[in-house]
Amino acid sequence: MSLLHLAIVAPLILSIFIPIFNRIFRRIHTGWFVLPLPILLFVYFLTFLPETMSGKLVSKMINWIPSLGINFTAKVDGLGLLFSLLITGIGALVVLYSIYYLAKNKEMLNNFYVYLLLFMGAMLGVVLSDNLIVMYAFWELTSFSSFLLIGYWYERDKSRYGAQKSMLITVFGGLAMLGGIILLYIMTGTFSFTEIMSQANEIFNHTLFVPALLCILLGAFTKSAQFPFYIWLPDAMEAPTPVSAYLHSATMVKAGIYLVARFTPVFGEHFLWLWLVAGVGVLTMIWGSVFAVKQTDLKAILAFSTVSQLGLIMSLLGVGAAALHYEFLDENIYTVAVTAAIFHLINHATFKGSLFMAAGIVDHETGTRDIRKLGGLMHFMPITFTISIIGAFSMAGLPPFNGFLSKEMFFTAMVHVTEMDIFNLETLGILFPVLAWIASIFTFIYSMILVFQTFTGKYKPEKLDKKPHEAPMGLLISPIILVSLVIIFGFFPNLLSDSLISPAMASILPSLLGAGEEFKVHISFWHGPTIELFMTLGVIILGLVLYKTHARWKKIYKGIPEKLALNRFYDFLLEGLQSASYKVTNTYMNGSIRSYLVYIFAFLIVILAATLFGKNAFTVSTSNVSSIGVYEVALAILVVLGSICILFAKSRMTSIILLGAVGYTVSLFYVLFRAPDLALTQLVIETISVALFLVCFYHLPKLRKFETRMRFKLMNALISVGVGAIVTLIALSAHSSKLFDSISRYYVENTYTEAAGKNMVNVILVDFRGFDTLFEITVLAIASLGIFGMIKLRLNRRNEG
Amino acid sequence: MRNTNNIILETAVKVLLFFIALYSVYIFTAGHYYPGGGFIGGLMTAGAIVLLLITYDIKTVVGILPVNFRILTAIGLLFAIGTSAGSLIFDAPFLTHAFGDVHLPILGDLSLHTATLFDLGVYFVVVGVTMTIIQTIGEDE
Repeated sequence: MSLLHLAIVAPLILSIFIPIFNRIFRRIHTGWFVLPLPILLFVYFLTFLPETMSGKLVSKMINWIPSLGINFTAKVDGLGLLFSLLITGIGALVVLYSIYYLAKNKEMLNNFYVYLLLFMGAMLGVVLSDNLIVMYAFWELTSFSSFLLIGYWYERDKSRYGAQKSMLITVFGGLAMLGGIILLYIMTGTFSFTEIMSQANEIFNHTLFVPALLCILLGAFTKSAQFPFYIWLPDAMEAPTPVSAYLHSATMVKAGIYLVARFTPVFGEHFLWLWLVAGVGVLTMIWGSVFAVKQTDLKAILAFSTVSQLGLIMSLLGVGAAALHYEFLDENIYTVAVTAAIFHLINHATFKGSLFMAAGIVDHETGTRDIRKLGGLMHFMPITFTISIIGAFSMAGLPPFNGFLSKEMFFTAMVHVTEMDIFNLETLGILFPVLAWIASIFTFIYSMILVFQTFTGKYKPEKLDKKPHEAPMGLLISPIILVSLVIIFGFFPNLLSDSLISPAMASILPSLLGAGEEFKVHISFWHGPTIELFMTLGVIILGLVLYKTHARWKKIYKGIPEKLALNRFYDFLLEGLQSASYKVTNTYMNGSIRSYLVYIFAFLIVILAATLFGKNAFTVSTSNVSSIGVYEVALAILVVLGSICILFAKSRMTSIILLGAVGYTVSLFYVLFRAPDLALTQLVIETISVALFLVCFYHLPKLRKFETRMRFKLMNALISVGVGAIVTLIALSAHSSKLFDSISRYYVENTYTEAAGKNMVNVILVDFRGFDTLFEITVLAIASLGIFGMIKLRLNRRNEG
Repeated sequence: MRNTNNIILETAVKVLLFFIALYSVYIFTAGHYYPGGGFIGGLMTAGAIVLLLITYDIKTVVGILPVNFRILTAIGLLFAIGTSAGSLIFDAPFLTHAFGDVHLPILGDLSLHTATLFDLGVYFVVVGVTMTIIQTIGEDE
């Protein structure tokens, strides 16, 4: 296990100890124990920078299930490192923020930090795994930890609803992605991403190529909240604000972006990829921004804005894939889209993170997030106001902040789309810059609403629960660091270009680079009076006009239905599924154990008989049988007699005792055939089960022959005779056909030499087939707990009712 | 359960119980060489307790044996999994057993097996499971 692997699983390991720390050090906020880890990891991942900058990648492998080609290969390349730094960097800030946000006496801190660490480890695993199955496992773990974190305040209905929704949608996408991974495996014969990438050209015309592409995109779109799957993200805002800042804006929702970026070398040349990624991205962007404008909850605005911004990044990656079609160009103008995507990814994490934290502070200090109640907070919370205004201006794309730079590059990329001459883009391509521009106007409006409705205007103390005041310093540190980055990246964007952006681009578009080459990235403020500049100016002017007249437009915004059609569809689907399955189940689960036995045995007969005769497996040979002595005949007669007597027994007690007698007789058979272990077991089992019957006796109804209809009896007789017959036939056939040598020879030879035991049966149980035993006792334990739960729960309910 | 005055059974059980319990322990420890093992031993112990249960009633038995059988099940599982996973520490595959001959005072030469620990887990689980089921159903009135 290398240090790199340890770094990935370190959060998972720490999460085990969190409950212990929480228990022992009750007076110290548990967050302080968590905080050092992301900082340490951040520093550790920084040491990889020189490697990735020189175009190398670090790869370490541990064998996991080599026979299936599943190995835990950790690979650090430009893209993976960028995400790792985001995860650990933002993670550290969020943990720091959460220490002041979540009161140590009121909240279940151990739960919170365990989930958070689970998420952190899972996310690192996603971005650093080269093996797709391992990546998938971590991917699902992010869904689960997100579910747990959204449902952190599980006593609230909305939290549970949001958690379930996000889980259902993202896990649905995850399963689709698993399908895509398996399709890729069928085509290439490997789960290693590096090897799949090297075969990208060969599988391009494979019939499974398009299904694989669609499946992978489904995974990415659900995770990154793209249209129409975005509906889970606004509901996910029920999570505590640090979680929203971390998972639902900076990292987890970008896992989909990561996936798209990662698979661009494989799928990027296909026209569907370009159209779907870019098209869905732009659609999501405009959809999200329009909905953001009509929200009144601060976090809801931010949620829809995140949806919209994710769409922006997604569309850039889609357009960037076009660069693969213009390899012959010396000055490949389409790579700018990929540059913009990565740059905006970083920028979005900084400004959206700070905005979420500021919203959390407002919520924390005033008790509400409703912008209709807020206003004039500028004088009470000057620092929070400063943070918000910088974050929001960056989001709106105003100079001199980093958002302006990436927004300009976004416009550049979108304008370039019109110059493409592939896949019908020469006609429909004009839609891209137009839609992008409109979406940017709405982005501008909601950014303004976010800041000015909260911090300026009239102060309404009567609507607030608490008297607002500035947040404590600890709560402010993290957002201040983030907005400082907003400004630093705004003024010195080229700090990032060589260190992070260029290596990440090399991971996304490797085929455009020759050996030893790297992407030249230079980001500058002033491009001269280009079309992008005029687009930005247009956004600002139109946005300002629309914001100033916002009151008049409210009616139109309201025209957009409050309950979204998509949400309704989701609820309808969920309820429909529930009631439909309830109906179906009720048709055959009538509560009578007799019917269930009839189903089980009828199926047993049909399936076994069909297999036995369908495969022509029925044979009887008398070559290898022992002679029948007088004891065997006597015992057989006893068994048969006992069984027949049960049928005619008048009382339940008699039938139980008769059943026991039959069981004991069977155990005598084992004695005859010299199997003392089996005989012992059978004897004790028989005793215990008779005792169990006696215990249950009290609860059973009187033995009534209430079903005396002939048809019912005939049916039962048919089934019982059928089961007996089919089992006998199978036993005969199994004895008569020896397809391979018996394994018993192996046990006879090895029991003493290998396991130093003399009792073969016991050695098989505890050693040779110990796994079976282990799982059997686990099943037993679960079954007993099930019985316990079933009966005790029923008792409780009866006591209450 | 019913209150029956069954003096013969009650007297017999007081003596028999110890024999059954002792024999079940013997059966369990003998398992590796002679017929027996954790499964049978466990069932027999459970049988002894069930006998007690039938003779007296549940409250008395809980008074005599204040054991939470669900926790016993968990301990048993822990034993089984712990023994199996223990081999990982020695860089051997999961569930690799070890054995060796040890000389102990009084007991003399003994062959000790980690398989016995595993079997002890099975023993506990079987006792725990059987008793949990019978107790819950029996208590439910």
